Amino acid sequence: MVMIASADDAALCRGATRRNFAQLTAGHLLSLPAAVALLLLFVAPTIAIFGIALTDWQLGADDLSFIGLKNFRALLVDPDFYQSLRNSVVYTLLVLPATVCLGLAVALLIESGRSFRAFYRAAHFLPVMATMAAMAISWEALLHPTIGLLTQALASLGVPTTNWLKNQHTVLPALAAIGIWQNFGYAMVLFLAGLKVIPPDLYEAAAVDGADSAFDRLRTVTLPMLGPTTMFVTIIITLRSLEVFDTVSIITQGGPEKASEVLLYTLYTESFSYLRTGYGAAITVVFLLMVTSLMLLQTRIMDRRVHYA
Amino acid sequence: MNSLLHLTRSAGRHAILVLTSIFALLPFIWMISLSLKSPGEMFQSAFSLWPEHFTAVENYAQAFTSAPLLRFLLNGVFVCVAILVVQLAICAPCAYALAKLRFRGSEGFFALVLVALFIPHQVLALPLFILCYKLGILNSYAALVLPFIVSPFGIFLLRQFFKAIPDDIVHAARLDGVSEFGIVWRIMMPMSMPAVTAFAIFSAVSHWNDLFWPMIVITSERFMPPSQGIVAFHNGELGIQYGPLMAGAVMIVAPLLCAFLFAQRKFIAGLTLGGVK
Repeated sequence: MVMIASADDAALCRGATRRNFAQLTAGHLLSLPAAVALLLLFVAPTIAIFGIALTDWQLGADDLSFIGLKNFRALLVDPDFYQSLRNSVVYTLLVLPATVCLGLAVALLIESGRSFRAFYRAAHFLPVMATMAAMAISWEALLHPTIGLLTQALASLGVPTTNWLKNQHTVLPALAAIGIWQNFGYAMVLFLAGLKVIPPDLYEAAAVDGADSAFDRLRTVTLPMLGPTTMFVTIIITLRSLEVFDTVSIITQGGPEKASEVLLYTLYTESFSYLRTGYGAAITVVFLLMVTSLMLLQTRIMDRRVHYA
Repeated sequence: MNSLLHLTRSAGRHAILVLTSIFALLPFIWMISLSLKSPGEMFQSAFSLWPEHFTAVENYAQAFTSAPLLRFLLNGVFVCVAILVVQLAICAPCAYALAKLRFRGSEGFFALVLVALFIPHQVLALPLFILCYKLGILNSYAALVLPFIVSPFGIFLLRQFFKAIPDDIVHAARLDGVSEFGIVWRIMMPMSMPAVTAFAIFSAVSHWNDLFWPMIVITSERFMPPSQGIVAFHNGELGIQYGPLMAGAVMIVAPLLCAFLFAQRKFIAGLTLGGVK
């Protein structure tokens, strides 16, 4: 008995070792292509961008020299970069509150009834996935100073109109309106998901405690329970606003008078139009730090949300 | 009394939602409306959504003949399919290794995937442009595909799903003599179809819509994907002709919209998952 058992064990052990060895090589073999690609296409470029930011390199130039933090010091006093950063922040501050409020309102209204739910959800989600390059052209036509539907409608209501996208005082709000249009359906979908996981017993408990009206339920249960979702939506919409590029590059090219220069557009023109590569890389580093710190914040909130549920 | 209250509340709900729906749909409606009209009618002061003289045929025909619209669309299909196929071929085996196999360095490697997940793609544009230049592939399909052949999000998502598949199934397959490679494609992938679909939709929609990267590496109309193609049309000499331009824009938005209307839930799942990455 003992003999057989140990022979079995030995066979099992040999099998197990062989399997482990097979696993070991299979693990390496199966993840090798992805590892090489990640190193070549993600890690190396990220290191390179920090390196290039420390040089005075101009794309196409044969030589370059190490200039330390000079590019970053130049950024600090560059009025154009300051303008671009300011525009990005203003754009985000214009887009964010309206997008979150509108997304939340639409989600609450859709969930408050039964009819046409799927239709409303689809209608509001269409802008999220539609090709922005094509939609930007349609928006340009909507805001056209003579044939634009919106301009005509506002004029007929007696509102003073202007060439919205060519006027340096209205261009950023006009682009923000397009940003709100593009993103509020996205906020809606995330809020709908957040509403789905609120336990129904909470509403019953609130009713027992005397929360009778729909407004009371909203104030005592729905909104507090949506807290984590709201934080999460806020960060995602901020990220998407900081990454605005398509509308600016198609409709305004940063103009008029740099009134609609935003971070990513400046990054693009410095790096690829003016070929000031080192300077463009420095802007890229600033952009990277802004975006990754927001993403880290998002992950921490996600973690907390998991514990919460 | 109660039913009256219910009725007003329901009417209020629809009134507001119809208004916000109009806001969401207006650019689509306007785009289609302009694509049906003649130039003369567009500049008339009296406004209507439906054209008096139906010029759709002329506008759409001109969009397809005066710009290589069909080429842009086919480029889009080709590039999106190529990216997705290579992404799955590279990410799926790696996700399986991370989910089910124990090997040296697997933890460090997974950390690398997580770090890559945090890097926005625009940050990589400059070094990747230089890489494409050195490889001599600027202005080619290869330049459009290369930066996206590996997706950290794809690895992460598939790994999550593979992990949920019971180990017993993997053991049983090994006993049946299925190779590790076979397990990935014949067991893991078919059992994770919801994740694969969500990722496929996320990948295809992002690359169909992407404008930033094509603007950096493509200058010839031959290789332009749809988004860049419509911008070239818009900036070209025919860009002032709103009828054909809008017809082109409609054609470029239409494929994704049709796909969305057929598989709404899957699209919403794929695109929200992608943003949450």
